[in-house]
Amino acid sequence: MIEQFSSRRGLLRATGTAALSAVAIGLLGDAPALARAAGKEPGGAANAGDIDILNVALGLEHEAIEAYQIGAESGLLQKPVLDLALLFQGQHKGHRDALAGTIGQLGGKAVQPKSRADYMTSLNIAAIKTQADILRLAQAHELGAANAYIGVMPSLGGKELAQVCAKIAADEAAHWSLLTSALGEALPKPAFMFG
Amino acid sequence: MRWALETAAAVWLAVAATAMAMAPSGDPVRGGKLYAANCGSCHSLDANRVGPAHRGVYGRKAGTARGYAYSPAMRGARIVWNEATLDRFLQNPRAMVPGTRMGFRLTDPVRRADVIAYLRQQSR
Repeated sequence: MIEQFSSRRGLLRATGTAALSAVAIGLLGDAPALARAAGKEPGGAANAGDIDILNVALGLEHEAIEAYQIGAESGLLQKPVLDLALLFQGQHKGHRDALAGTIGQLGGKAVQPKSRADYMTSLNIAAIKTQADILRLAQAHELGAANAYIGVMPSLGGKELAQVCAKIAADEAAHWSLLTSALGEALPKPAFMFG
Repeated sequence: MRWALETAAAVWLAVAATAMAMAPSGDPVRGGKLYAANCGSCHSLDANRVGPAHRGVYGRKAGTARGYAYSPAMRGARIVWNEATLDRFLQNPRAMVPGTRMGFRLTDPVRRADVIAYLRQQSR
């Protein structure tokens, strides 16, 4: 114990890891009360980096939810593709809720979605004319999101939060695979399709 | 004393030149695909999204893309984006600019060089 906590920095690091572990467990839905308690721990500034990363991830989830909503309202999506889009949108809402809850528990302020007009511009929705266009937009978004979650993992302060990001990345990868299949495209031959 | 300074400068220049010669040369075509797959969820060339728009980033002062709400850390960073600074930043953004909101790391040096070559091409 003395060796483990031989410095103030080491103690802070260990405390931070414990707090993050609790938050990650909360995000997974196993112990929300524990996560809430962890978020109130003093020294929350140590979590500021994680809050920023989770807020960037939350921004991606907001964008995905709105993109699928725009697609669903466009009249271009036919069943069963429409059902698939709504299924994926529901899962992105699950990610959103988990991320927003965790950001709050860490003492941060969850970023809010932008306006529909902002998304229409930033996603270049005016260029979308067909169901395949929507699928390609969603496919690109899911690939980018999976890679984004993988790319931020080394920057997170705790392994448990990284594990949560891995779980979300796996969802995004599954979405990408199904969208790729729906577009009739082959999967890449090389290993390491993501990251 | 002057001799020592001149020698040190010569050695430094030689080391820098060697490092530049050894740095992987990026392929902008490969970089475009990597950019879409790895950066495209947060960034695009012409629109501010989760992250700032990137057209013109090469040669630009950090934290100055029009209309994007940067973190205080990035606004205050005294960095001009070029091959060396982008390479450092993409390798570990928070080590270079503590407080930046970007946590994404592109760890493969060849991929970084490709993406930087693409950003440079798109900034001309």
